[in-house]
Amino acid sequence: MYAMREAAAAFRRAPVLTGLSSAMVGLALFVVGLFSLVTYNLRLALSAIEERVEVVVYLRDDARQSEIDLLLTELAGLDEVRLVRFVSKRDALERARVELPEFGELFIDLEVNPLPQSLEVELQPGARSPEVVEMISDQAMAYPFVEDARYGREWVDRLFALRRIGAASTAVLGSAFGLVAALIIGTALRIAIFARRDEIYIMRLVGAKNGFIRRPFLLEGALAGLMGGVFAWALTYGTYRGVYSYLFEIAWIPSGWIAIGLASGCAFGALSSAVAVRRHLREV
Amino acid sequence: MIKLTNVSKEYPKRGAALRDVSFHLKKGEFAFLTGHSGSGKSTTLRLIHMADTPTHGEVRVTGFSSEKITERDLWKIRRRVGIVFQDFRLLPGRTALENVAFVLEVTGTPAKAVQTKAQRLLAQVGLATKSEAFVNELSGGEQQRVAIARALANDPYVLLADEPTGNLDDRATRGVMDLFWDINAKGMAVLMATHDLEVVRRHPHARVFELDQGALVFDSADTSEDD
Repeated sequence: MYAMREAAAAFRRAPVLTGLSSAMVGLALFVVGLFSLVTYNLRLALSAIEERVEVVVYLRDDARQSEIDLLLTELAGLDEVRLVRFVSKRDALERARVELPEFGELFIDLEVNPLPQSLEVELQPGARSPEVVEMISDQAMAYPFVEDARYGREWVDRLFALRRIGAASTAVLGSAFGLVAALIIGTALRIAIFARRDEIYIMRLVGAKNGFIRRPFLLEGALAGLMGGVFAWALTYGTYRGVYSYLFEIAWIPSGWIAIGLASGCAFGALSSAVAVRRHLREV
Repeated sequence: MIKLTNVSKEYPKRGAALRDVSFHLKKGEFAFLTGHSGSGKSTTLRLIHMADTPTHGEVRVTGFSSEKITERDLWKIRRRVGIVFQDFRLLPGRTALENVAFVLEVTGTPAKAVQTKAQRLLAQVGLATKSEAFVNELSGGEQQRVAIARALANDPYVLLADEPTGNLDDRATRGVMDLFWDINAKGMAVLMATHDLEVVRRHPHARVFELDQGALVFDSADTSEDD
C-alpha cells in the first residue's frame, strides 16, 4: 500500500525526471522493437522462399505405373514429406506452355513430347534442409526407373547459408541492442533514484527495513519499464504503419513478442532499480 | 545503554580517528561530547549509530553489539537511537508535518495514526502551528526542531545530536537546549556532540566527555567502569 502510494507520489513530485527516464527506456526499447520488426519480416520472407524448396524426381519414359505408385507411396510415407505429386508428360508440357509463353510456337509443332514425367516432393516445414533433400533424392535415385532427382543443390545451400547468417546476426545484433537498451534503462533509473537518495538516506537513518525501502523503487522501476515499453510499442507501431502505407507491405510483430518485450521492460526496470537502490542502501 | 569498550577507529586515508575510547552512558543520562573539530566526536556518534564499525573494541547499544550486529538488523538499533545533525537533513520540498509523517510511515506506524502522531510530535517540539510550513520557510531553529521531532518518532531510548546548535543563533540554541532537557526529563538519554564550550558551561548538571585527537581525555563522572 505504502509502496504503491510512494511510487505514484514519485511520478507526481518529479514528473519531468520520471517522464524522462520513461522516455529513455521507451527509446531504448524502440530500437529493440524496430529490430524485432525487421527480423520478423526477414524471417517471414525467408520462410516464403523456403516453401519452394522441393525435390523433383524425373522418371524414365518406360517406367511402369505400378513402379511409380510404389515410389510415390514410399516417398509420401517419409516423416519429412508433406505431399508427393505425380506430373505426367502431358501435364509437364501443358505447364511449360503456360509458364514459358515465349516458347509457345516451339511447343505446338512438337511431334514427340520431350518432357519427362516426374514426382514433385513437397517437404514439411522445418524439414527443408540440404540434408533432407539430399537424403530424399538419394533414396529416389536408388530406383532404376528414376532418371534424375533435382533440388537445386546450390540454391538450397545458399538459402541455408543465408538462414544461418540471419540467425547469427539476429543473435549478435539482438544481444547488442538488448544490452544497449539495458544499459540505458539502468542509467535512466539510476539517475531517477540518485535524485531521491536523500529519502533513502533518511529512511535508513530512522530505521526503515531494507525491503521496505526497496519496494516503492522496484515498483517505480517496473512502472517506468512498462510505460517505456508501451511508448516503444507505440513508436514501433507508428513506424510499421508508415512503412506499410508508404513503402511496402510488411507484417506486424506477433503479439507474443510484444508481450515478452513489455514483460522484460517491466522486469528489467525493477531489476535495475533494485541494483541502484542497493548502492545507496550501503551509504548509511 | 551505550557502552564503548576500548574502541579504536582507523580510516584508510585519515588514519586513527578514535584511540582506545571507553565510556558508559547510562539510561536517562545527559552528556556532552566535546573536543576540537577532528577530535573524533562525529566518529563516536557514527559508531554508536552503527553507521560504521570500530576497527578494535566493542560498541554496545541497547543490547546490540557492534561485533554481532548484521546489516539486516541495523534497523532495530536505528529505531532505538534517534539522531539529529548540524545541517538538519530534512527533506526539502516537503512540509514539517510531511517530514515527520514520512518517518512514521516508513517505520511501520499504522496509516491511520500517522497524521495524529506527527502532529503530536511537532507540538512536543513547539511547532504545532508550523506543521504546514515547507522546510525552506522555517528558520534554522525551527528546522532543527522538526529534525528533533523526526528523531523522536520511534520513541527511542537515546537521542544523539551532532553539533545540533552549530548553525543556530543564541536564542535558537537556548530553545533547542531547553527542548533537549525536556526530552531528557521524560527519561530519554541524550548524548550531544558540541565544540561550543559556552553551551557546555551553561549546563553544569550534564556529564561531560572530552575527546582530544581521538582519545578520551576527560570524563566528568569518571566512573566509566561501574554499572
